Order: sequence, then C-alpha cells, then structure tokens
Amino acid sequence: MANLKALRIRINSVRSTRKITSAMKMVAAAKLRRAQESAEAARPYAERMARMMGSLASAFAGREDAPQLLAGNGKDQVHLLVVVTSDRGLCGSFNVGVVRAARVRIAELRDQGKEVKLLCLGRKGRDMMRRDFGSMIIDTVLGLDKRLSYQMAADVGVKVSELFEAGEFDVCSVVYNRFQSVMTQVVSWQSLIPAMADDDGAEAPDLGGAVYIFEPDEFEILDNLLPQNMGVQVYRSLLESQASEHAARMTAMDNASRNAGDMIDRLNTLYNRTRQAAITTEITEIVSGAEAL
Amino acid sequence: MADKVNFELVSPERLLVSDAFDMVVIPGGDGEFGVLPDHAPLISTIRPGIIDVHDGASIAHRIFVGGGFVEVLPDRCTVLAEDAVMVTDIDRAQVEADLAEAELTLRDAESDHDRRRAEGNVARLGAMLEASRAN
Repeated sequence: MANLKALRIRINSVRSTRKITSAMKMVAAAKLRRAQESAEAARPYAERMARMMGSLASAFAGREDAPQLLAGNGKDQVHLLVVVTSDRGLCGSFNVGVVRAARVRIAELRDQGKEVKLLCLGRKGRDMMRRDFGSMIIDTVLGLDKRLSYQMAADVGVKVSELFEAGEFDVCSVVYNRFQSVMTQVVSWQSLIPAMADDDGAEAPDLGGAVYIFEPDEFEILDNLLPQNMGVQVYRSLLESQASEHAARMTAMDNASRNAGDMIDRLNTLYNRTRQAAITTEITEIVSGAEAL
Repeated sequence: MADKVNFELVSPERLLVSDAFDMVVIPGGDGEFGVLPDHAPLISTIRPGIIDVHDGASIAHRIFVGGGFVEVLPDRCTVLAEDAVMVTDIDRAQVEADLAEAELTLRDAESDHDRRRAEGNVARLGAMLEASRAN
C-alpha cells in the first residue's frame, strides 16, 4: 500500500511543476506576440527584396559574367547547411524537427559523395549535432534569441559570404522552422547561395519590352545588394524561427500543465482512497478488539 | 495613365510609408534624381541622405535613409532602406554621440573589414547629422 506521506510529497511536487510550466506558458505567450509582430513587420522588406532580386536576376539570365553569389560558382561539391535552432530547450519538438531534417539532408548528400559543413545558429542545434557530426561544424553563433536585431543577422550573412569567398563551400542553404500558426511550425529549407535558386515567387515584373536602367551599373548594385539580401534572408529565418520557438514552447508547456493537472487528480484520488483504507482498517481493528472483550 | 507614384519605403524592421504621391526625390548613388509617374524602369543604389516626398505643392515627408536600394517601375517606386528615420524624429544629441563613438572606432579599427564598416558608419551618421541640421 502506498505510503500516505510519500503520496503527499509527490502531489506537492507535481503541483509546483505545474506552477512552473504554466508560468513558462504565459511568458512564451507574451514573447510570442512580440516575435510574431516583428516577423510580420519584416515580411514586406523581404518580399520586396526578393522582387528586386528577381528583376536583377532576369537582367542577368543567361549571362556568363553574373556574380558568383547570385549564380553560384558552378560547383556543388561542398554544401554548407545553416541550422537555425533555439538556445533553450523545453519547447517540444521544435529543435528536434530541424535537426532531423538536417540529418536526413546530410545523409542524402553524403550518399551522393558530397562534402557537408555545418553552421549552427543556436545552442540546442549544436549540442544535438555535435555527437554525430562534430567534425563538420565549422562555426556556432549563440545568443541570437535575446533581442534580435537586423545587425546580428547581417553579421551572420557577412560571415557566410566571407566563407564562400574563401572557397570553404559551394552551395549554402538554411534550415529553420517557419511560423505558420501557433499550432503548426513547418521545417523549411531556403537556398542562400546561389541566390538565384530562390523560389519565393520572385517573379520579374513585365516591363513590356523595356530594359532596366542601372545606376551606377548592375555590378555595383549587385555587389551591394547580394550581401544585403543574404542578411535579410538570415534575418527573416531567425525571426520566423524565434516566433516558432515561442509558439512551440507555449504548446508544449500547455500540454505539460494539462498533464500535471491530470496527474494531480489521479494522485489525489489515490491519496484519498489510501487514507480511507487506513481509517477503515483502524476501525475494524477497534471493533474486533471491543468484541473480543 | 497613373498621375501619381505609388511610393513604398521599407526597412528590414518595418514598412514605413506606403502611399501615392506626386514626386519622390531620391539621393541615388550617382546623384539625386526625381521620380515622376511613368518613369523608365530603374534600379539604383542609394547613398546616405534625405528622400523628399512631394505631394501637391508641399513636401509630405522628409525621410533620412542610411543607404539602400530603389527600384522604379512606371507605376511605382520601392525603396529598400538599410535604416530609415523621419527627419523630424532624428535625435541630434544622440546622433552626435554616436558619431563621436563611430569616429573613435574608426581610429582604432584593426582589420580591413572593421575599418570599412566603421567608415560606412561615420559617413552615415555624418549625413544624418547634416540632415537634422538642414531641417
């Protein structure tokens, strides 16, 4: 028979766990609202940037002298995967999903005889990847989940372009959680280099045969625009990932609180039954003792 | 034919302006230019400076931009600004402090990369200060 004192302690411990999870849920909800707002506010820029990239790409279509950041360097031997995860856990399958997608991709690429390198944004991703692919991680950026500014993302973008120029890799893509709704976050891939492989519906506008004027000239614009575009893409995936993280945590903590509630109910029933059984036994003992006299 | 330009100004953080105006004057990489309706398609860089948005006889907005790009199509004009502030919102004391700091960083810059970035910062803040004085 379960010990009454042990049960009481158990119930109290589950209660305090529930307090923590429901507090975390509320914090996540508040943060989610902010993250969602900034993710939505950043969308117009990214969309228009994609449109402008589309216009420029169409101007360069079929030309041999297109910059490498735009069209790639013609090889695809070494792949760089940028894995966007959170620094903190307790958010359900948020990080696991991204890491699983990355693992599948790595296995595919390896089967094709390609080399893979990893850039981890966020501590959880690094920790999960380190065991199996430790030697492939070339860099990790932490602390991106505090107050995310465009500058931080731009720095990551600069890092990626520098690695590309140093010939460290040929193709780069990002894997992150795209925020769809509070209940669903979708693991998505986005190509960073070459930038042309973008399929966000960046369609060139119909100019009716007219040709763009470029000032100063198209190369100078691309020189400035491509790194900028990289920063924007990274910024966008970080924002989406952040909103997803809070949503995932909110859902996970909501479930945890509910489970804790169920468990408290069950334990309480058990506690009451046990107590009643003890009382009944005692009474039986007294009654049979009195009868024996 | 449209008699107004659909002008949009977006920064990475948010959409600042989106409306139709008569004319927009933009500090392009090769010099200032005005955009009227039915402008030829154009893509240009922007150097730090002020974008003037004209509506009727008056200037509807004066916006400082720290650099970026502009795409002009016959019916619209889209500015992608790296950072953008309404000229009236510039806090001059803050900018002066930032500028002093940026100049210090520039002097102490060690790598080429740092120096380039610091130079960009000084130029941007200098232009911002100028913009706030002109106002």
